[in-house]
Amino acid sequence: MSQQKEWPLWEVFIRSKQGLDHKHVGSLHAADAEMAIQNARDVYTRRMEGVSIWVVESKHIHASNPDEAEAFFDPANDKVYRHPTFYEVPAEIKNM
Amino acid sequence: METIVEKSLEEQFEAKIANEIRIEPKDWMPEQYRKTLIRQISQHAHSEIVGMLPEGNWITRAPSLKRKAILLSKVQDEAGHGLYLYSAAETLGASRDQMIADLHSGKAKYSSIFNYPTLSWADIGAIGWLVDGAAIMNQVPLCRTSYGPYARAMVRVCKEESFHQRQGFEIMMTLCNGAPAQKKMAQEAFNRWWWPTLMMFGPKDDESPNTEQSMRWKIKRFTNDELRQRFVDMMVPQAEFLGLTVPDPDLKWNEAKNGYDFGEVNWEEFWNVVKGNGPCNKDRIQTRVKAHEEGAWVREAALAHAQKRSQREAANQAK
Ligand SMILES: [Fe+2]
Ligand SMILES: [Fe+2]
Ligand SMILES: [Fe+2]
Repeated sequence: MSQQKEWPLWEVFIRSKQGLDHKHVGSLHAADAEMAIQNARDVYTRRMEGVSIWVVESKHIHASNPDEAEAFFDPANDKVYRHPTFYEVPAEIKNM
Repeated sequence: METIVEKSLEEQFEAKIANEIRIEPKDWMPEQYRKTLIRQISQHAHSEIVGMLPEGNWITRAPSLKRKAILLSKVQDEAGHGLYLYSAAETLGASRDQMIADLHSGKAKYSSIFNYPTLSWADIGAIGWLVDGAAIMNQVPLCRTSYGPYARAMVRVCKEESFHQRQGFEIMMTLCNGAPAQKKMAQEAFNRWWWPTLMMFGPKDDESPNTEQSMRWKIKRFTNDELRQRFVDMMVPQAEFLGLTVPDPDLKWNEAKNGYDFGEVNWEEFWNVVKGNGPCNKDRIQTRVKAHEEGAWVREAALAHAQKRSQREAANQAK
């Protein structure tokens, strides 16, 4: 059997309930998107874990490089002033 | 200004392990860590898949519609567990086709427990209660294993396992409260499954060469013997509640260690089944291979259909 016969790999994202984001839950193999969604229902939502499913072929996912994570996320490291706790608010001031 | 310390990749990896930071698929990892995980996760996946067979053959013979629906659901869950785990192994670069091929050729192992036959309906109760019980004991610590995708798959699995154990216990309880013949069925099934279940925790610590490294890498959190002891301590009171006799003359409460002493597992039998000579090894693999081969045309047809459809779509868009 040749390797090309393997069904493509899909990443599965599930919205657990209305109002929440879709979240990555795992992957599965399927011949096409329609089958991937049906398989995702059977594999990942047997106990009402979802109200909506996204699938995307794994080969279309682009990821940041973990080896460069330190440098890549560095710009946010020294910007404490982006957080509200950086600012001193006088005790007399309410509701801020 | 901080000095940027150039740590070697290996040191960074060790530091993550020490600080309980999960390793994720694209992170650098030692080749041996990757290999150990692929072996363990694929073996675990195979166990879930082969594990469907001894129970699956009772679905049509379940004693009521309710029991049939429950058993069907449980077996379906085991298929799901296999799929979560194959998908975790694939994040390490293992190919699904290769893993399946290794299972079918006998190169890859799966839990020996599934090489024992299910002779009566009581075996289905004993499997849920004991085998899934042991699986939970093994799997709960794996929810904290150092490799992220494996840990997340195990969280999912563990959520589903406790129904498996409870439905098994309920079957046993029903039989134990039934006619003497039913009680006898339950006891006989218990006798058949008790020792093989204790073997599920693997060889004794001093004969388990991989344990030490796996503990250092925090893939494993407890040794085989530790888990086996916990299991015995948990199960004996449950057996007593059911009025079943543990088939071990050496079983005795040990006040000093606050646990049970129990007899020696028959390790000769254990290794014999691992080597492929258990009562059902050949049958299980044959059944798997047959299902795989007979399903080949479906897999091929689905792929051909998908290709035809995407070509047609592309042609329509070009118009
Ligand atoms: Fe399972
Ligand atoms: Fe399992
Ligand atoms: Fe289970």
